[in-house]
Amino acid sequence: MIQLENATKRFPGGQEALSGLSLSVDKGEMVFVTGHSGAGKSTLLRLIALIERPTSGQVIVDGQNTSRVKRRKIPAYRRQIGMVFQDHKLLYDRPVADNVALPLIIAGVGHREASRKVRAALDQVGLLHKEKQRPETLSAGEQQRVGIARAIVSRPKLLIADEPTGNLDPDLSLEVMRIFRRFNEVGVTLLIASHDISLIDRLGCRRIALADGRLQQDPEEEVDPWL
Amino acid sequence: MAVTRNADAVAPVRASSPLSIWFSRHVSISIGSLGRLSRHPFSSLMIVLVIAVTLALPAAINLIVKNARSISGSWDNALDFSVFLTQDTPEDDAQALGRLIEQRADVDSVLFISASQALGDFKEHSGFGAALDQLPDNPLPHTLVVRPGAGNTSASMILLHEELGNLPETEHVQVDTEWVQRFHAILDIVRQAIAIGAALLGIAIVVIIGNTIRLDIENRRNEIEVTKLIGASNAFVRRPFLWTGFWYGLFGGLMALALVYYGLFLLQGPVARLAGLYQSNIAIATMSFQEAAAIIGIGVFLGLFGSWFTTARHMRRIEPR
Repeated sequence: MIQLENATKRFPGGQEALSGLSLSVDKGEMVFVTGHSGAGKSTLLRLIALIERPTSGQVIVDGQNTSRVKRRKIPAYRRQIGMVFQDHKLLYDRPVADNVALPLIIAGVGHREASRKVRAALDQVGLLHKEKQRPETLSAGEQQRVGIARAIVSRPKLLIADEPTGNLDPDLSLEVMRIFRRFNEVGVTLLIASHDISLIDRLGCRRIALADGRLQQDPEEEVDPWL
Repeated sequence: MAVTRNADAVAPVRASSPLSIWFSRHVSISIGSLGRLSRHPFSSLMIVLVIAVTLALPAAINLIVKNARSISGSWDNALDFSVFLTQDTPEDDAQALGRLIEQRADVDSVLFISASQALGDFKEHSGFGAALDQLPDNPLPHTLVVRPGAGNTSASMILLHEELGNLPETEHVQVDTEWVQRFHAILDIVRQAIAIGAALLGIAIVVIIGNTIRLDIENRRNEIEVTKLIGASNAFVRRPFLWTGFWYGLFGGLMALALVYYGLFLLQGPVARLAGLYQSNIAIATMSFQEAAAIIGIGVFLGLFGSWFTTARHMRRIEPR
């Protein structure tokens, strides 16, 4: 589903966020990306979401080389991927249901079909009863679940999440991870950046550890002391 | 979950056609941007008012020119001939000639102005009174002011002009058309000036709407970024702003019409009084339907153009970070 071949991202200042990173995520996998802040987790996700392009090397997502996606085609490319953000990135001027419906409206789905899909997505994250509320009236955990509902409402094959539990307490984090797990069980590929190692170990998923923009040679170093 | 599935089973989703989706999307976006304007009624009203005044100004001046032209047009047929008689024509002969001319079917009336009367008027109005006193004798001839009848055509006017000129007592016949021609030339210049001024004001409207929408874009920057992040195209994020420009233009145009009609309403009384004084039935020419539609159309066009221009520049710039 995702292949990075020797991908390097160098910023104008000269420092490298990613240095010749190669990795591969298969279809239907649920993979965590770990590492300290500045290790390159966010940059990796930004390359996949085509917010940035690699300076050199290749990023191939679902068979598409992102370097070859034309500027005009970026919106259509992004619509294939569900994205979850640490700060939710909800629109606070409209109710929950309208937030979740946004990807469908962008894709030009009819009103009736959209509202059916929105309800299904909200049901999957357990927020169907809050569809008419404004996001600011919801707790942080609920807002994150709205963000997840928005990411999966158009049934993407790939879901990427950048620190989805960064602002949540352990119970809520576990709840969010369980939701991700359920999507994975129906075939969605997930790539989740997180530094919550204890949580990741409890889920027993593959871990890609990054350090200074490279794969960490000895992941054992990073083992959580409580385990 | 079970509930949702049941609902699906009972009411299968009817696939809407892409066109009807597109149409209903536009309706909801247009209403949405209208709602956004109504949330800041005062500032929206101010912008609409600025656009309205800017549109109403050239429209009103154009209307004034149109009226002046139609009034002066009617003057063309009511010109007086000033028949200056030769110096040696005695006053009695001149008066007799005047009465004779007055008999003509194509003449309405003749006013006799004697040489001394003309000199008296000239002294009074010219300010050369003292200098004129130095003259040994009156250099002015007797004059007949001939007012042609209302039934004259331009051909019969020319004939009358010639016949008055051929009279043995006549020195010179002057037709007071020149000032009408000058007046028309002035109106033409005013008309040109309006066209230039209107073009400048049109640019002003584009700038005003463009700037308003630029601020709107800045205020909604976060929303645009998020929408783009989940796959919205430039065209998609642009649409509500284009509608905002459309509404500004439409309401600006409608309010400009209201302003012009209110101005006409205020002028109705004074013009009726003036017409009464001249015993004529001059009525103000109002805007035709086409002119009214053109004002609204221009408003909408400028609104759309202003927002199109601004969004084209700014939407590309705002990319998710």
